[in-house]
Amino acid sequence: MRRSRTPAPLLVPAALAVAFLVLPLAGLLVRTPWSQLGTLLTAPGVGQALRLSLVSATLATAVSVVLGVPLAWVLARSQARGRAVLRALVTVPLVLPPVVGGVALFLVLGRQGIVGSWLADTTGITIPFTTAAVVIAETFVAMPFLVISVEGALRAADARFEDAAATLGADRWTTFRRVTLPLVAPGVAAGAVLCWARALGEFGATITFAGNFPGTTQTMPLAVYLALQRDPQAAIVLSLVLLLVSVATLLLLRDRWLGRGAAA
Amino acid sequence: MRKVAAVLAAVVLGATACGGGEGAAASSASDGGGGLTGTLTVFAAASLTDVFTDLGQRLEGGNPDLTVQFNLAGSSALATQLTQGAPADVFASANGAQMDVVTGAGLADGDPTVFTANVLQIAVPAGNPAGVTGLADFGREELTLAVCAPEVPCGAAAEDVFAAAGVTPRPDTQEEDVRAALTKVELAEVDAALVYATDVVAAGDAVEGVPVPEAEDVVNDYPLCTLAAAPNPEAARAFVDLVLSEEGQQALEAAGFRAP
Repeated sequence: MRRSRTPAPLLVPAALAVAFLVLPLAGLLVRTPWSQLGTLLTAPGVGQALRLSLVSATLATAVSVVLGVPLAWVLARSQARGRAVLRALVTVPLVLPPVVGGVALFLVLGRQGIVGSWLADTTGITIPFTTAAVVIAETFVAMPFLVISVEGALRAADARFEDAAATLGADRWTTFRRVTLPLVAPGVAAGAVLCWARALGEFGATITFAGNFPGTTQTMPLAVYLALQRDPQAAIVLSLVLLLVSVATLLLLRDRWLGRGAAA
Repeated sequence: MRKVAAVLAAVVLGATACGGGEGAAASSASDGGGGLTGTLTVFAAASLTDVFTDLGQRLEGGNPDLTVQFNLAGSSALATQLTQGAPADVFASANGAQMDVVTGAGLADGDPTVFTANVLQIAVPAGNPAGVTGLADFGREELTLAVCAPEVPCGAAAEDVFAAAGVTPRPDTQEEDVRAALTKVELAEVDAALVYATDVVAAGDAVEGVPVPEAEDVVNDYPLCTLAAAPNPEAARAFVDLVLSEEGQQALEAAGFRAP
């Protein structure tokens, strides 16, 4: 009783916050043209855009896990100097306007870019306007979510288990694989889900750096934006699909794997 | 990027000029009697950015108590905003279809007037590194090419031009508005983009234009209207008159537009 009663002064603002966050989503449901749903959903390009969104967000999450978990370890465990600066730098994409991120990616990986021009000269490969560019743009924007989650989990994890493993003769790599990683697995899973959800909703960096072409680079958020230009009803339906996929994934993963880890 | 900065500067300058009660450039056709007050809100197609910002400053110059503010975006996005209830005094569209959306919703005050026209042109990075000579190059697989998405006016016009020319385009990206397509040329990330002739003028030295004879048959008309619910109908009328006046038409021509 003592723990569950919400203090009265908190109730009203909390209720307002819920209304503010949930009502726009409810508005989407209210205004959905249910009678045309079938036609709009089977319109050419919708399935294509959804598939591309799911594939690219999953690839971006995979890249983020492979690169981001080691980065989080460096931020949480290493004694290297300048970690505070490093931490600030790797979280910049969180607050950067995504369009700026897209322009920045052009300047490095575009065919006139620092790395991109070298790549084009030596291998003939250009990155912009490809599905790879979508994955890169999404990874750039979403990876910080994973890094922050995993770093938090690492800081919260009991380092004595690692010390014990070390005294028993395990080298650092074995300790990381056999002790640290299982310990922070829920944190990694929570970070991966956040990262995936952010990648799924990515718009600005994608439309800037990867462009918009159905089947190659047009993800669901881009399809929604362009549908809004011609047929607002179709845009509502596409938004609804994206909303349902996001909510379903978050709910499913939360129940299945995250449990207390998500709350930690 | 430079253009964005220029527009921002113009907006800031416009605001300060107004606050100081001192106009930038007054002229006979734009003084409107000097009695206009309040705020004039103009929703205009992104391709009109430079000309309309200039004309807005001229109107402010003759009317020290007037502030002109612009919402510059793709015509389709503007039409959507207007039908969703965004308050505005004037709407200038880059094609008839988006104006129809607004008149169809009963939002226009009277009939729209076609005030200028634009044709498509190929924009290539300075020096034309890929040697683009005409519309047929848009069928070349090995080039990196941008067009506007068919959902927006410049994309709809592009589809007509390609159809008339019998070219099947192989674009790498369908951009969300004409300025986004232009930006990719300015960054030299694409070999060519099909944009408006006016955009090539506005882009300056970073971009060269390649004329498209086939586009002469697909001239894009720009209609404008005052809005029925305009909060400032007198200023709305004065702005439309300025655009239609000889002074306004000359400014449009200098920016690469052509007479309707």
